[in-house]
Amino acid sequence: MSNWALIIYCGLITYLTRFSMIALIKKEMFNDRIRKILSFVPSAIFPAIIFPAIFINDKGLFEIDNNPKILAAIIAMVIGIFSRSIIATIFSGLASYWFLIFVV
Amino acid sequence: MKSNFKVFLKGIIDVSPLMIPVVPFGLIFGVLAIDIGFTPIQTIAMSLIIFGGASQIVLLQLFSGGASSLVIISSVGAVNSRHLLYGAVVSEHLSDLKLTWKIIISYFLIDQAFAISNEYLKKNKDNNRYFHLLGGGATCWVIWQSTTFLGIILGAAIPEKLGLSFAVPLTFLALLVNDFRKFINVIVILVSGLVATFGYNYIPFKAYVIVAAVAGLFAAMILTTKDKKA
Repeated sequence: MSNWALIIYCGLITYLTRFSMIALIKKEMFNDRIRKILSFVPSAIFPAIIFPAIFINDKGLFEIDNNPKILAAIIAMVIGIFSRSIIATIFSGLASYWFLIFVV
Repeated sequence: MKSNFKVFLKGIIDVSPLMIPVVPFGLIFGVLAIDIGFTPIQTIAMSLIIFGGASQIVLLQLFSGGASSLVIISSVGAVNSRHLLYGAVVSEHLSDLKLTWKIIISYFLIDQAFAISNEYLKKNKDNNRYFHLLGGGATCWVIWQSTTFLGIILGAAIPEKLGLSFAVPLTFLALLVNDFRKFINVIVILVSGLVATFGYNYIPFKAYVIVAAVAGLFAAMILTTKDKKA
């Protein structure tokens, strides 16, 4: 398959995952119970992106020793809980990560 | 009711903090794609056609590892399956729209826009509330296309040592700050995170994202059954 075909197929499948539910689901299908469960979608999906990015290294191996990302993520989380600010969370995480890799 | 433009503008403002990490992410993508052997035009086309950071990075990762096209396409599909859930969540607010609008909005249904507009859509009942999602999506579109372009041009001038890829999980972490205070959410977060981490190498086709999300939602379903009876 050419690079161009690959790009177009990946684009199509990405678009279809975005479009299908919007196109198919009708308002009548919702009730309070479904709404309640769907409200947990961010809590259910984002950690699946966050955790591996922190605990698994470039080679696909689980890494817990000598991993400054863990401490940086904890600091960002604590700052986030107290400040409730998205910017403060991101900056404190990056700042502590750089401090840990460049200074410590 | 606010004007369409004001709602659109609100979307732009709300999504802005989330754009900070998108900048390094886009740069990294541009640099990597060229490094792996895609032409500049193909790299730009990827950002235009796919318009999804995670999909594009997965594509590059697997392509450079020599995976077959079928594996690459199905992996991109698996990583993207989270959009099915986003779509399900926002569809309630878009169900009265014309098909043309649904087609356009779907293109902009990305992580960051979903995260901020999900909150907005829940609180606002105006008919034009979907403009918020468009504002967030369009902002991300502009940032993503321009940083991809910059990455292609700057190339190797960006030091890998900065570890800018760490900005990606941080963005998602920042999106959960309000959920860390709620007991059920914390359980759901832990279930999903642990399943993803330990399934990372064992669940084929990078489907760990959706397997973990479904496990998390299942936990939410069990933990909220008491509400149903009450």
